[in-house]
Amino acid sequence: MTDKPDNQLAVPDPHTAVDPHAPSAADPIDNPGLPPHLPRPTDVDEAAEKRAERQVAAMFGLSAVFALLFCVAYFTLDIGEDLDTFMGLGAQNLALGTALGLSLLLIGIGAIQWARKLMSDNEIIEMRHPIASSEEDRTFSVAELRQGAEESGIARRPLIRNSLLGAMAMLGLPAIVALRDLGPLPGTKLEETVWRKGMRVVNDVSGTPIRPQEMEIGQLVNAEPEVFFEADEEGEPLYEGVELQQAKSKAAVILVKMQPMDITASPERENWGVNGILCFSKICTHVGCPISLWEQQTHHLLCPCHQSTFDLADNAKVIFGPAARALPQLEIGVDDEGYLIAMSDFKEPVGPSFWERG
Amino acid sequence: MRLPSSRLWARLSAKRRSPIAGLVVLLMGLMFTGGAYAALSPALAQDGVSADAALIKQGRALFLVGCASCHGKNAEGILAENGQYGPPLVGVGAAAVDFQVGTGRMPLAAPGVQAPRKDPVFSEQETSALAAYVGSLGPGPSIPAAGNYDASDVSNESLVEGGQFFRTNCTACHNFAGSGGALPGGKQAPSLMGVSDKHMYEAMLTGPQQMPVFSEQVLAPGQKKDIIAYVNSLEEMPAAGGFALGYYGPVSEGLFAWVVGIGGLVGFAVWIGANSARSKKGKKA
Repeated sequence: MTDKPDNQLAVPDPHTAVDPHAPSAADPIDNPGLPPHLPRPTDVDEAAEKRAERQVAAMFGLSAVFALLFCVAYFTLDIGEDLDTFMGLGAQNLALGTALGLSLLLIGIGAIQWARKLMSDNEIIEMRHPIASSEEDRTFSVAELRQGAEESGIARRPLIRNSLLGAMAMLGLPAIVALRDLGPLPGTKLEETVWRKGMRVVNDVSGTPIRPQEMEIGQLVNAEPEVFFEADEEGEPLYEGVELQQAKSKAAVILVKMQPMDITASPERENWGVNGILCFSKICTHVGCPISLWEQQTHHLLCPCHQSTFDLADNAKVIFGPAARALPQLEIGVDDEGYLIAMSDFKEPVGPSFWERG
Repeated sequence: MRLPSSRLWARLSAKRRSPIAGLVVLLMGLMFTGGAYAALSPALAQDGVSADAALIKQGRALFLVGCASCHGKNAEGILAENGQYGPPLVGVGAAAVDFQVGTGRMPLAAPGVQAPRKDPVFSEQETSALAAYVGSLGPGPSIPAAGNYDASDVSNESLVEGGQFFRTNCTACHNFAGSGGALPGGKQAPSLMGVSDKHMYEAMLTGPQQMPVFSEQVLAPGQKKDIIAYVNSLEEMPAAGGFALGYYGPVSEGLFAWVVGIGGLVGFAVWIGANSARSKKGKKA
């Protein structure tokens, strides 16, 4: 077998230039080559070229006009004026959006027109080639590296090499010392909320305390600890601003009332409710969205962010979705005046899992 | 207190010897207790008793035709092998009937997870008859008076508070713009646009389908009215920011951006590529 079989394909050497127009005898189908190059109208007709030039310039000019119109509309039209000028859209929004949109669009269209009609029209073929450098280049680079190492003497002078390595390792220390000072550690903030034994559970927004008999079967109350609605001796609220928001983001709860026979409380939680009224954290244990989408007939609470679903009749266990833990439950009771109160703080951290909690 | 003198005492005892005196005293006592009961008994039970008997009779006739096949001949509910067919209606109150029938949710066209809003089947008069009949079966919330829900005269301050209550209690299901949203298992929270003030009030009062109840003591009538006023203000708010796409947020906006926006760009790019600058016929050199 010294002769080549007839059907063997010729493997072209990628480093030798191949004329793509020349048909190769070895291909099963003749390479048709490239179609003949046809000039564009703008290449041969001077009037067409001038016209295209004017078109592109006109688009760029119009774009500038619309940019100016944007500024004019910004200063002449008032926000909230003529709220349904055109198909229910406000005058200012419509003018700003249209002007800026057309200004950008006209630059784009002008650029495309310029490239297609006027820019150079050479057809080029770039052949594929291996990504690796040539053998010659590789040998040269390795030799250069070796020579550099030899001349610096890094292998011959271990004292210098080792002291340099030590110095660079020590540079890590300032970084660690500086970064460890970033803000105080949270301490027990993640484990506790403002709920205390005896604190009333009040309706959110209005702050009115709630009696058990005021709730119907199937009722949902978005509730807060009473302390958010209390003031000190000088009439200043105990919690306000950022502090209020931070405390609220942990202490917000929902009260729900179900038929007592529908509830399957775990043994240690049998006395945590009042006449079928249970109290759960409102903060989803997945990533902390506030939840109050409660289906009163199925007793399911759904988080709108990622569809975690908790069964409130069954200790708020997760029945669907990405949440990993049941919603923490707040033990409630009734005070001397008949209002719902918390019997303690939450027994477990509320909200999303965190590092130390596991 | 002074006791009557012995002479007066003797005269009274003499009168008491009359044979019908005991009967008269007994009758008077009975009349007094009956009258006192009628005057002092809870207003809720009295509503059922004193409601127009003819209306209740008409309501029962309509109920037997339109509702009894699912809810039972005496509204006691029907249990099927695979669970509840129609729930019992004793004690749901007239407000629940007025909402369910008045918004066309009942009678159901077919059993399913959701009773959708549709054109009411019964007229207003028939709806009130049905409500009167079901309301007479047991104590439950009655249809609210117009003064409770008519939200046309609410101050700006109340409107703001209504907005706070709305965002706290309603937006989880009904969306920030009141345009409704999806619930698990093919259910949905309906849009609040175009719902009458009375029906919104009744929905909060009775908790239809999966909606929780918001009782009068926890969410006072005035606060419910503020919420209604806020929803009405949402309805009248012009879409100054552009096309609202149903106010469904990222769902409809994302769909529009991907299909219309990016689809349009792709189509434009294809069009540019398909029309070569030198493809014009008759102009070849």
